[in-house]
Amino acid sequence: MTAASPPAAAGPVSRPHRREPAFELRQRYGGWADKPGFLGALSTVDHKRIGRRFIVSAFAFFVLGGILAALMRLQLARPDSALIGPDLYNQLFTTHGTTMMFLFAVPIMQAMAVYIVPLMVGARNIAFPRLAAYAYWIYLFGGVMLYAALVLDVGPDAGWFSYTPLAGPEYGVGKRSDFWAQLITFTEVSGLVVSVQLIVTIFKLRAPGMVLTRIPLLVWTMLVTSFMIIFAMPAVMVASTSLILDRLVGTHFFNPAEGGDALLWQHLFWFFGHPEVYFIFLPGLGFVSTIVGTFARRPVFGYVAIVLSLIATGFFAFGLWVHHMFATNVPELGKSFFTAASMVIAIPTATQIFCWIATLWTGRIVWRTPLLFIVGFFLILVLGGLTGIMLAAVPLDLQIHDTFFVVAHLHYVLIGGAVFPLFGAFYYWFPKFTGRLLDERLGRWNFWLFFIGFNVAFFPMHILGLQGMPRRIYTYAADTGWGPLNLISSLGAFTIALSVLLFIVNVAWSAKRGLQAGRDPWGASTLEWATDSPPPPGNFHPPLAVAGREPLWEEGGIAGRVDGLHDDPPELLVTSLLDATPQHRIVFPTPTIWPLVAAIATTVLFIGSIFTPWAIVWGSIPVAITLIGWFWPSKDETLKHRKVEVKP
Amino acid sequence: MSSTRHLRGTHEAARGAAAPGAPLRIVAVLLAVLALAACEREARRFEPPVGKAITPPPIRMSAIQPAAIDTTTTIAPHYEVNAYALSEGKRLFSWYNCNGCHANGGGDKGPALMDDTWIYGSEPSNIYATIVEGRPNGMPSFGGHIPDNELWELVAYVRSMSGLVPKSAAPSRNDDIQAKKSENRLLPEPPQSSGVPPASERSQ
Amino acid sequence: MNRAHRAACCAVGALAPAAAAAAGMHDALQPAGPQAGHVHALWLLLLGVCTLVYILVVGALLIGVARARRGDERAPADVASLAQDEPRLRQSVGAAIGISIALLAVLFGATVVTDRALARLPLDGALHIKLTGHQWWWEASYDDPMVSNIFSTANELHIPVGRPVLLTLEASDVIHSVWFPDLAGKKDLIPGRTATLALRADQPGLYRGQCAEFCGYQHAKMVLYVVAEPAAQYEQWAAHSRASAPPPANDETRRGQQVFMQSTCAMCHAISGTIANGQQAPDLTHVASRQTIGAGTLPNTPSALAAWIIDPQLAKPGANMPPNGLPPADLQALVAYLRTLQ
Repeated sequence: MTAASPPAAAGPVSRPHRREPAFELRQRYGGWADKPGFLGALSTVDHKRIGRRFIVSAFAFFVLGGILAALMRLQLARPDSALIGPDLYNQLFTTHGTTMMFLFAVPIMQAMAVYIVPLMVGARNIAFPRLAAYAYWIYLFGGVMLYAALVLDVGPDAGWFSYTPLAGPEYGVGKRSDFWAQLITFTEVSGLVVSVQLIVTIFKLRAPGMVLTRIPLLVWTMLVTSFMIIFAMPAVMVASTSLILDRLVGTHFFNPAEGGDALLWQHLFWFFGHPEVYFIFLPGLGFVSTIVGTFARRPVFGYVAIVLSLIATGFFAFGLWVHHMFATNVPELGKSFFTAASMVIAIPTATQIFCWIATLWTGRIVWRTPLLFIVGFFLILVLGGLTGIMLAAVPLDLQIHDTFFVVAHLHYVLIGGAVFPLFGAFYYWFPKFTGRLLDERLGRWNFWLFFIGFNVAFFPMHILGLQGMPRRIYTYAADTGWGPLNLISSLGAFTIALSVLLFIVNVAWSAKRGLQAGRDPWGASTLEWATDSPPPPGNFHPPLAVAGREPLWEEGGIAGRVDGLHDDPPELLVTSLLDATPQHRIVFPTPTIWPLVAAIATTVLFIGSIFTPWAIVWGSIPVAITLIGWFWPSKDETLKHRKVEVKP
Repeated sequence: MSSTRHLRGTHEAARGAAAPGAPLRIVAVLLAVLALAACEREARRFEPPVGKAITPPPIRMSAIQPAAIDTTTTIAPHYEVNAYALSEGKRLFSWYNCNGCHANGGGDKGPALMDDTWIYGSEPSNIYATIVEGRPNGMPSFGGHIPDNELWELVAYVRSMSGLVPKSAAPSRNDDIQAKKSENRLLPEPPQSSGVPPASERSQ
Repeated sequence: MNRAHRAACCAVGALAPAAAAAAGMHDALQPAGPQAGHVHALWLLLLGVCTLVYILVVGALLIGVARARRGDERAPADVASLAQDEPRLRQSVGAAIGISIALLAVLFGATVVTDRALARLPLDGALHIKLTGHQWWWEASYDDPMVSNIFSTANELHIPVGRPVLLTLEASDVIHSVWFPDLAGKKDLIPGRTATLALRADQPGLYRGQCAEFCGYQHAKMVLYVVAEPAAQYEQWAAHSRASAPPPANDETRRGQQVFMQSTCAMCHAISGTIANGQQAPDLTHVASRQTIGAGTLPNTPSALAAWIIDPQLAKPGANMPPNGLPPADLQALVAYLRTLQ
């Protein structure tokens, strides 16, 4: 790590487009510009604006979930602590897990993709942009509902995984688990919608010439992740809906006495739940590929191997779910299959790790904060992956399942494998989002505090688990001997909090006073760096065609430009799936308030159905009305569209 | 160590009410009402609101009292809107074998509890008195055998068996063979008769 | 990783022995029986292999980035690899993948071997115990071909050293999980299903088990002790457990029994030899001989017992036992009576 020498701003200084008067934006960028003022902010369909607020909201949920974790660690720091009682503690850890998994980890990866993927593939917007707005509002309303519930003492308290019968109608007293189940509904809808958009963008809106083997690795990860989401989310949708039906209406899905099965819940939930951790992990790997390539100043070694590894991981992830159920009485031979599968999935990940090490070994390293976070990723994720191999073995799992060993493992893989790359990605793309660089010195402090705090907080948990400390306990006796390590762990947790605070300070300071970044401060290779920082409405004026995998590095990487697309109405070029040859032009939707209104109507329907099944019936009327409004064609726009149609 | 939560909902609602503008104030009041409703429904009061007594205090058949009000008669409504209390009542109904005579509410040797006929009165204090004192022809006297707090939980549950408690707080189905519709799906059965038992049931 | 483990263990170890002995052994790395022993062997293998792999991978990374030349974001990137093959890198990465696959195969094989060993615990002459998980206590019923020898107890098991024990696991309400780290891996108790767990203690001692599946408010205080003792001592304990409670010997204990029967206790608890036959709460016939009360919540002393009876919600909020506002004289008599139930 050399002394911090800030990267020079490359290219012309970017203008902060956000602050330009709406009239001028409309003059320059036509139909790409938003309406002015607050209404414009609410009705935007610009993927960058939506992506930015999505990222900020997901980060806010990260901070909220972290505060809950801090409270938990405060309680567990000492034995027999009277700080937090069992009822509140159960709500805290349930909401912490639910927040981190459903409101932070998956959405922030999708949010980063919503912002970056269209730019990386050279598109002028994301496919189905109004859906992106709808997905954001639904996600936000669901998250606000969960925290309102927590404040009102009706926060879910049966764990983020909400096992029946504890969350079921008899033992899940009150409406707490119903709020959990509906949060799932909100975040499912949001996640599925964004996945569909990403797949279509990646398949059909790439720059001409971006054949499959020229697609950036981050885009591949988002493609695989989006397909995984589409196949896995329906399982949790079925599970949460069945749970609400059992609780509200008296069905018997999970009632063994009437032909149901308590274990059905676990199968349905984990069939989704295991792939879910890969929804979180794979985009992190995409960030790693991108940052390693840029800061080793060479294309990542083993492009094909990495792509195949990503696809293999995507498939294998669906064959692991029973490893969460090894302690149940499912047949032993079946469990062995899942041991084998859980070990096999290490191979594609190992492949990628070896390729990255090879890249760094033969590259010319530029030491910047993003790369620091990637080194942190390696050190932490590899350890987490190896404890995962330990957990994959049934006999050993039966000792360490449901103990703090698993808590350590999951945080090593999720924080190491996703959050560290995510922070690296924040430092990497912040200049593109805002036009300014984050401060390098604060960045190093951020990294080191996070790295040290993380290991101090979570490494002792491996030992605690082996010493018999189970998960999800609000306190423990002094004579168990678990006190000292818990205290150390809590100190580490507060160090993490400090490092996140430092990050927020860095962002707040650099947004106003950071070094101007220019178009491409890192000398990177992908298309998002070929436009202004931050990119204007419509991203590329004009859109580019590519002829190489690293278009900004190779000679002739940019093959040309796409001329003739209108700005008013806003037009995109649709290209073919495999070879990205131009197929036709498509007129894109303009800004509108209907996605927000539809999201409000949907929210009313979802929250109402916690209290009465009739909400589904009566609540669908406003939803139908808002959807009709959404799709109702506008006369002006149709006329404009007709004018630019070219008849062959 | 009490497990009641300190709830900030009402404080937040109060702050909102200070803002200018009538619509904003209405929304704030509405939120406060909703908040209070949710708080009452979802509170887990592990320490009994009536104290830990086993021997029940005097049973009151009238809501009016001279001088200061003893809150025993006013405690029942808090149980009826609390989901935890109702669920505990349901558990105790089974644990203390009320099913043995009242059979999940449909009645067997003992009268049905889920209909609109209340031989000895449908008010919470009536039901409380019935359980504590016992009744002719087979209803045991549970006074002194069941702690006061649990008695009120049972009273609230018995009321829920005719749909007389809020649906959002009423218990849902048990993880058992289904014997009847769960309490949260019942239509309310407003009590039709109360007071004097029919001639055949009066003690000699 | 090994060193850190030992260092941390030393830090804890200063406090641990005396404390752990009082609380019961609960360390998966100190097996006291064959089942935990097989797992411990697998753990050592996995720990060794994983530590080695970690050092190699992280070492390769750190050496790589230390050795690599420094670059500059302003200088053009090196795109030679797009046109040319990199055979040395390909071979290295390929070799690393191959070694990883081979190691995983070894580990999978070791897992299968351990699985088979665990499944092959000889069960001849096994002691059969039916364990039912409740919120938040353990009900144990010692099975016997002669029906009159069947007896119930709660929250504490005694087993003979060297004899296999077959636990039949059921749950009465929600999912629980029984786990004795020193003796065996865990197994879930799932309502509507019957599972089994086989184990054997080869060393005498007090072993602490705890519920290992989140089951509600007091999941944290659902401890199950196992006392492994020589066969003769176990038979003595079993014979004593089958016996009914002795009648009270003096006025105070007689009063105490009266309080028990006439007040709230007999509604839920059972004491064999008396009219108290409640099935909903732990059997109290031999309550005074247990290590703890409230399934590990409080030590079994008269003052703790009195405090527990007056208000269990103070020590175990959310537990199904209600507060009992007994007058002090009655409470004293009741505690005196319960202390006779050895």
